[in-house]
Amino acid sequence: MEERVPAVELKGVCKRFGRIVANNNVNMSMYRGEILAVLGENGSGKTTLMNMISGIYFPDEGEVFVDGREVSIRSPKDAYELGIGMIHQHYKLVEIFSAAENIVLGVDADGRFDLKSETVRIRSICEKFGFSIDLSKKIYEMSVSEKQTVEIVKALYKGAEILILDEPTAVLTPQETKKLFSVLRAMKADGKCVVIITHKLNEVMEISDRVAVLRKGESVGSVETAETDMNALTQMMVGKQVILNIERPAPNNSVDRLFVKDLTCLNPEGFKVVDNVSFTAKSGEILGIAGIAGSGQRELLESIAGLQKIHAGEILYTNPSNGQTENLRNKTPMQIRNLGVRLSFVPEDRLGMGLVGNMDIIDNMMLRSYRKGKGVFLQRKPPKTLAERIIEELEVVTPDAKTPVRRLSGGNVQKVLVGREIASAPKVLMVAYPVRGLDINSSYMIYGLLNEQKRNGTCVIFVGEDLDVLLALCDRIVVLADGKVSGLVDARSATKDEIGLLMTKHGGSEEDEQ
Amino acid sequence: MNLTRISEFFVQAVMFGVPLLYGAVGEILTEKVGHLNLGIPGIMYVGGISGIIGGYFWETYGNPNNTVMCILCSLLSALAGSALMAFVYAFLTITLRANQNVTGLVLTTFGLGLGSYLGSALAGLLGTDTTISLNATSAAYKKLFWVDIKLFGSVFVSFGFLTLLAIVIAITASFVLQKTRVGLNLRAVGESPATADAAGINVIRYKYAGTVIGGAIAGLGGLYYVMDFIGGSWSNGGFDDRGWLAVALVIFAIWRPKLAIPGSILFGGLYILYSFIPNLPRSSQEIFKVFPYLVTIIVLILTSVRKKKENLPPASLGLPYFREDR
Amino acid sequence: MSNNTKLHHNEPLIRLSKKTALPVWKAWAIRLGAFLFAVLFCAVIILILTGSNPIEVYRMMFSGSFGTSRKFWNMLQSLAMLLIVSVAVTPAFKMRFWNIGAEGQVLAGALGTAAVMIYCGGKLPAAVVYPLMVVTAVVCGMIWAVIPAIFKALYNTNETLFTLMMNYVATQLVAYLIVFWEKPKGSNVVGTINNPYGDGDWFPAVFGQKSFISIAVVLAITIAMFVYLKYSKHGYEISVVGESENTARYIGINVKKVILRTMLLSGAICGIAGLLLVAGTSSQTISTATAGGRGFTAIMVSWLAKFNPIEMILTSFILVFFERGAGEISSELSQSFASILTGIVLFCIIGSEFFINYKINFRKRHKEDKGGEAA
Repeated sequence: MEERVPAVELKGVCKRFGRIVANNNVNMSMYRGEILAVLGENGSGKTTLMNMISGIYFPDEGEVFVDGREVSIRSPKDAYELGIGMIHQHYKLVEIFSAAENIVLGVDADGRFDLKSETVRIRSICEKFGFSIDLSKKIYEMSVSEKQTVEIVKALYKGAEILILDEPTAVLTPQETKKLFSVLRAMKADGKCVVIITHKLNEVMEISDRVAVLRKGESVGSVETAETDMNALTQMMVGKQVILNIERPAPNNSVDRLFVKDLTCLNPEGFKVVDNVSFTAKSGEILGIAGIAGSGQRELLESIAGLQKIHAGEILYTNPSNGQTENLRNKTPMQIRNLGVRLSFVPEDRLGMGLVGNMDIIDNMMLRSYRKGKGVFLQRKPPKTLAERIIEELEVVTPDAKTPVRRLSGGNVQKVLVGREIASAPKVLMVAYPVRGLDINSSYMIYGLLNEQKRNGTCVIFVGEDLDVLLALCDRIVVLADGKVSGLVDARSATKDEIGLLMTKHGGSEEDEQ
Repeated sequence: MNLTRISEFFVQAVMFGVPLLYGAVGEILTEKVGHLNLGIPGIMYVGGISGIIGGYFWETYGNPNNTVMCILCSLLSALAGSALMAFVYAFLTITLRANQNVTGLVLTTFGLGLGSYLGSALAGLLGTDTTISLNATSAAYKKLFWVDIKLFGSVFVSFGFLTLLAIVIAITASFVLQKTRVGLNLRAVGESPATADAAGINVIRYKYAGTVIGGAIAGLGGLYYVMDFIGGSWSNGGFDDRGWLAVALVIFAIWRPKLAIPGSILFGGLYILYSFIPNLPRSSQEIFKVFPYLVTIIVLILTSVRKKKENLPPASLGLPYFREDR
Repeated sequence: MSNNTKLHHNEPLIRLSKKTALPVWKAWAIRLGAFLFAVLFCAVIILILTGSNPIEVYRMMFSGSFGTSRKFWNMLQSLAMLLIVSVAVTPAFKMRFWNIGAEGQVLAGALGTAAVMIYCGGKLPAAVVYPLMVVTAVVCGMIWAVIPAIFKALYNTNETLFTLMMNYVATQLVAYLIVFWEKPKGSNVVGTINNPYGDGDWFPAVFGQKSFISIAVVLAITIAMFVYLKYSKHGYEISVVGESENTARYIGINVKKVILRTMLLSGAICGIAGLLLVAGTSSQTISTATAGGRGFTAIMVSWLAKFNPIEMILTSFILVFFERGAGEISSELSQSFASILTGIVLFCIIGSEFFINYKINFRKRHKEDKGGEAA
C-alpha cells in the first residue's frame, strides 16, 4: 500500500481569471477508500480547484492525472467518463424536473428511455447508501437537504467513483449533517474517493482521513487527520500563527440604539429563517453576530435595512437627535431614510447589491446620495470629491475614480463600499462578512474603520464567520443557530469553544420537521 | 348556419392554422433550448420561397408529372432554406453569444428581404408580370396523400399530407420532449444550461439542434402556405403576419406542441370567423382579427399571475450561456 | 472503469475566456472592422445578385442620400423618423425591459393624432387642435406602453412577448378605424387629411423644408434623452435598475415605479413619433403601415449604439443609408434588396460584439516545453 496510485493527482495547476490568480501551482493527490478534506479560508481557491477536476473550468497550466494517467478534462462530461462527480455548493438541478428526472439527466444510454426501470436502479443506490427521497417530487418543492441528496444520488447513479462535495454542510442542520457523514462513510467503505471542501475544522476532524490545505490559491500541504489537531490545521490554513492584534477600545457612552424584538422572517418557501430573534444594539459598541452560514444572518440584516418582509416582531430605533423611537418594521429603505434614521449597510454581496460593477467609483458613491440636491439633475461634484477622498484615505488601488469597480480587486471593492457607507456618518452601521476574501492589510484597515465608527458613537453590527476576529473585535456577540438566538456572550470573556457550541446548538422543534 | 357551412369553417380554420402550427412547433423547440427566435417570420417566409424555387426548378427542368419528385424537390429546398436561416441565428446567438432579440429581429428583416428578392428575381426569370404558378407541384401536395374526414355523418372534408405532417410533427415533438431522454436533456438545456452542462450534456450541440431543427420545421409552415394554402404561387408579402401569430401560438400553447394543435385551429378559426358571420360590417371584420392576439395576451397574463412553474417560459429563455461565467 | 484510450484528451483546440476590459477605441475599431467587412461582403453580394460594379453601386447609393438637396432632406426625414423611435425605446432597454412594442406604441400615437385631425380639425380653433394633437398622441403612446409595464411590475409577465402582441392589437385597431375614416368610401385608404387652417400642410415649411420642424423636434428629443439618461436622477435610477435590481432595492429605489415611469416616457416619445409620422410628413395620412417596421428597426439602432442617443444618429444613418441607397440601384428590387444588405451589415456588427467580449485562446503547444522543464 506504500505506492498507492492516486485516484486523482494534480501537478502544478494554475488558474487565473483576468488579473486574479485563483490557483497557483497547486499539487494535490486523492485516493480511493479515503475521505479527503480540502481545507482553506474563503477565497483560498478550493472551489476553483475542484471545478477544474469536474470540468467546469480548464486549467491555464498544469497537469491532471486520473489513476496515474494524464487526462484533459474539458467538460463535465469528460469528468463523468473518468468517474468524477461534483456536488456544487449551488446545486445544479432543474427546478421543474422531478428528482428522478434530474438524476438520470445527461446519462448516455443506448436504447430507449424508460424512467420506470431507471427508478429501480436509483432505488437500489438509495438503499445501498441509506438515502431516502421521493423520486417523483419536483425540485422546487424540496428542502435544501433533499436537494443535496438528489445531487449525491445523481453523481452515484452516473457511476462517480470520485465524489467531490463543495461545502456540503453549510446549509444543513446538525442532524442532516450527521446523516450526510454516515453516507460519506458508507461510500468510503465502498471504495470510493470522497473529497469534501470545507473551512470548518471540527468537521474536518470528524469525517476526514487526510487533509489538504490551500492558502491564497496555493497548496500548503497535506496531513493525516489522525496525526494533526485543530491548532496545527489552523496554522496551515492561515499561515504563521497570527495573533489577532485587533484594537478594541472600550465602549464609549453606550446607550440603547436599536431594539430587535421577537423578529420572525419567512423565506419564499414559508420556512422561518429568522425565528423569534430579540437583541439590543448599543451606540458606541460593536455587536458581533456569529453563526454557521445560512443561519439567518442575511435575512436579519436585510429586515433591519428594510429589504426583507417581516413576518412578526418589531425593530425599534431610538433617534439620538430627538430621542424619539421609530418602528422600522416593514418600511422601505426610503421610508427609513425619510424618518431620519441614519442606517448604513455593507451587504455580503458587494458587487451584486452594495455596488454596481459596471459603474465607476464616482457613480457608485452616488448610489447613496444621488437624491440630494434640488432639481432633476445629478450633482456629480460631491460624489467625485468623496470618491477621491476615499481613494486617498483608504488607499484604494485604482487607475482613477472613473474606473468601473468591477475591475478592482476584492479588497479595493470592499474599501470603496465601506468608505461610502461610513461617509454618511451613520448612527447604525451593519456590516456582513466585511473582510471575506481580503488580504491581511485590508482586513486590518476595515477593523480600524469600524473601531473609528465605534469611537464616534455609532452602533456597529458585525456579522462575521471568523470566530477569532469576532472575539477580538466585538464587545458582545449574539450567536444565531437555525435562525434563533442561541446565546449572547461578552466577547471579552467568552471562548471560541463556547461560541462554537452555541453555533451548533439547535432547538428541539427542528427534529419534528424532519 | 348549416352543417356544410360549419364544416367549411372548420376546414378553413385548419388551413389557416397549419402554417401557424408548424411555426409554433418550430419555435417551441427553439425556445425549449433557451432561445427566443424572433426571426421565425423571416424563416417561414424564406421557407416558402425556397419551396417555390425547388418546385419551379423541377417543374421546369424535370418531369412535372413525377409527383414524388415534385414534392421532394420543393420539400427539401424549403427545409434547406429555412434551416440555413436558422443556422445563421444559431451561429450568432449560440457561438457568438449575440443578443437574441436583436439577432432575431435582424433575421426577420433579412428573411423578408431575401424572400421578396428571390420572389421578384424568379418572376423576372419568367418574364415580367408573370406570376409564378406551380400547378403540378401544388396539385401533387394536395393529391399525394390525403384523408377524408367525415363530419356530421354526411360532409367530407379532406386534408393534404402537409396538414397531416404538421400534426404528426407536433405529436412527435410532444412525445420527444416529454418521454425521451433527448427531450429531457433538451428541456434541461433551456431551463438551466449550467445544470445540463454539469450533467455532461453537450449544451452547445443541443442548442444548435433545437434552433436549426426548429427553424426547419417552421419553414414547412411557409411551404404549406405557398403549396397548399394558395396553390403553388408566390406574391411578395402575401404571408402577412402569420410568423408573429406563430410566436403568439407558442405562448398560447404554454410551450407544449400538443396544445398547439387545437390552438392553431382556434387561432385559424378566430382569424377567419368574420367571414362566416353574415352581414358583418367591414369594420368588425378587422376587430375579429385581433382575437388571436388578445387571447394570447390573456394566456400570458394568466400564466404569469398563477406562476405555476411548469407553465412559465423556459427559465433561461433569452440568456446566453458561457460555462466559465462566474 | 477508465480503460478506453479516448480519455487521453488533448487540451481543447479553441477555448474561450471573457475579456475583462477592452479600451473603448479598440472596441470601436473592432466594430468599424466588422462594418468594413460587411461593406466588402455586400459588394460581393451585389456583384453576384445584380451583376453591377459594386463601387458604382455604392456611389449610386451615396447619391441616393446626398445626390440632390431633395434627396438629402428626404434622407434626413427618414433618419429623423427612425431616430426618434430608437430614442424612445432606449430608456426601457437601458433598464433591461425588452420593449419590442414600439411599432404598436407609434401606431397608437398616430391613431390619436389622426383622430384629432379628423374629428376636431376645422371645428375647433387651431390653437386648441394642435396642442390637442400632441396631448392625444402622447397619451395614446403612453397607454400602449404602460399596459405591459403594469403587468411586468405586478406579475413579472414577460414583456418581450406582451409588447410584441400589443403591436398587432394596435395594427388591427388602426385597420378597424380606417373603415370609418377612409376616403373615398370603400377604398380602405384614409387619404390625405387636409389641413383646414390653411391650404398647405399641417406643419409649416421652415427654410422651404416641410420636414424641418419634424427633424428639429427629433433632434431636440434626442439631445434631451441623452441629457436625461446621463445627467438626471431618473436616468441614474434607470441605469441602476438595469444593472442590478438587487442594488436598486438596496438603495431604496422603487423598481416598479421606475419601470412604469420609464415605460410611460418610452410610450410618450413613441406617441410623438406617431404624431410626426401622421402630421409631419408629406403624406399626412394613417395606415396600418404608418410605423413601417421602425419599431423593430429601432431596437437594432438603439442596441448598436449601446443605448447612447447621440451615437444613434450614426447607427440610424447606416440603416437609412442602405435603405435609401438600395432604392437607387433598382426601383423594383429596392425594398427587399435594402433589407438584405441591412441584414448582412447588422449580422456582421452583431457578430463582432463577440470579439469585443470574449477572447479566443488557441491550443498552446506547451506540452513540449513543459517536458523539457520537468526534466
